Amino acid sequence: MKFSELLEVSRRANQPLHEVVLVQQMLEDGSDPSETRAKVRFLLRTMLKIVESNYGKCQQALVGLCGENAHLLSKHEPRFVGEFIHTAMVAALSVAEANASMRRIVACPTAGSCGVMHGVVYALARVAHIEEERLVDGLIVAGAIGDVVARVASVSGAKSGCQAEIGTAAAMASGMMVYVLTRDGEMSCHAAAICLKSLMGLVCDPVGGFVEVPCVKRNATAVAVAVSAAEMALSGIKSVIPFDEVVEAMAKVGRSLPEELRETGLGGIAATRTAQRLLQGFMNRGDTNEAIERRNNSER
Amino acid sequence: MIFLGLLDILGPVMVGPSSSHTLGAMRIAKFARKFVATIPREVAFLLHGSFTKTCEGHGTKKALLAGILDLSYDDERIAESYNLARQQGLKFTFELADLGDVHPNTVRVRLFSDEWHEIEGCSIGGGAIRITKVDEAECELDWKYDTLIVVNRDEPKALMKILSCIDANIANPYLRRINVLQQKAVTILELDESKYDAEKLRKLDVVLEHYFVPRDQLLGR
Repeated sequence: MKFSELLEVSRRANQPLHEVVLVQQMLEDGSDPSETRAKVRFLLRTMLKIVESNYGKCQQALVGLCGENAHLLSKHEPRFVGEFIHTAMVAALSVAEANASMRRIVACPTAGSCGVMHGVVYALARVAHIEEERLVDGLIVAGAIGDVVARVASVSGAKSGCQAEIGTAAAMASGMMVYVLTRDGEMSCHAAAICLKSLMGLVCDPVGGFVEVPCVKRNATAVAVAVSAAEMALSGIKSVIPFDEVVEAMAKVGRSLPEELRETGLGGIAATRTAQRLLQGFMNRGDTNEAIERRNNSER
Repeated sequence: MIFLGLLDILGPVMVGPSSSHTLGAMRIAKFARKFVATIPREVAFLLHGSFTKTCEGHGTKKALLAGILDLSYDDERIAESYNLARQQGLKFTFELADLGDVHPNTVRVRLFSDEWHEIEGCSIGGGAIRITKVDEAECELDWKYDTLIVVNRDEPKALMKILSCIDANIANPYLRRINVLQQKAVTILELDESKYDAEKLRKLDVVLEHYFVPRDQLLGR
């Protein structure tokens, strides 16, 4: 189903988009809408708890190429981004670094891109003081946005590049933000489209194939893209190209990306001299699991 | 019109860093653990392809071991699974291997409880897995169902007798001859529900062994 069809049903039935999504899910797999809603609420609470327990903390990442970013950003002043974006970025870095350190996260939409949604949800709850049930509505709409991408394109970096992971995460976050603030499905859709267009073509080029560089920082910059796209949509700016077509275009771009730029650790940032040097260091360090574990245990 | 799971996109809750190299790997090991239905005394993992190259930085080995220990997917003790395994007296080894023309993220799990068993599977992305071999029998299980695995005599009417013990809708059946000389075959049935008569199955003359692996529970799905 296209996103435009969901919007059409919502318009014709005069039913809010998040309810249309739950009913559509029920028609497909027989799931009880109130049960699905309860599961989404559980995921929301889990995300907020995860951010709270990791916010601004230093982490011991598996490879050690990140771990202090959230801490540094949380302390920095004066700030040139507003409180909302700052909080969301710190939360995104915190959760992305927690993920790189084998801590608990919600893989929304994937583990490597999970910081974006955690970040924006957290800022909506704690900075914009949006109440829980509204956030649940927003998360449901975000799920529908991600779902359309997953079916038409993919949410796998190995298949379609980082645009499919961070790009999708940001589109979901952007759409969610507009939805909780307006309950306007159409406007949310514009936000998601603007956001996805901004991140289209982003390649998946992790150093050594590990979810640390550049993944962790991309989670934070993507938050800013998501919030910018949301704010544009809130002001009445529309995406000239409809969301469904943007997703189709993204799928095509993903198919045309060479293998080096799809999570193989062979192209882009991963192929730089510094990346190669770091990787060599990691290998020479005798980083068997035992060595990593010894280091983690001694430092934890 | 297909609407994939909303909850698959929004979740699950897991320990990082990678759904394919951490969660998926752990699910394959957990399938093996549920198959033997006990903590084995010894386990050997043979890692293939991409698993051999990036296992350290993805915590793949820790996740595999955590699966054998039956930790839940969001348990942060996954990071300390080596110590937990040692505390429980579980012997474990990891080997990098070439398992042939299989998916790049494939692992073979050999476990010993009363006897040796072997499970092979691949992690195909987003935490989804495919179990490709159960002992000698090739299969393609995605572990979305309750799975009944029967080692049976390879003789006429064997399948009919096995099916007579099952009272659930069968989603996917597999029947593989594994040893002509010993006249052995393996029957694998993916079931919508766990309704089958274990007692009757056990007493059948054609049934040599049987195992039941309940469907997997991912948090938030």
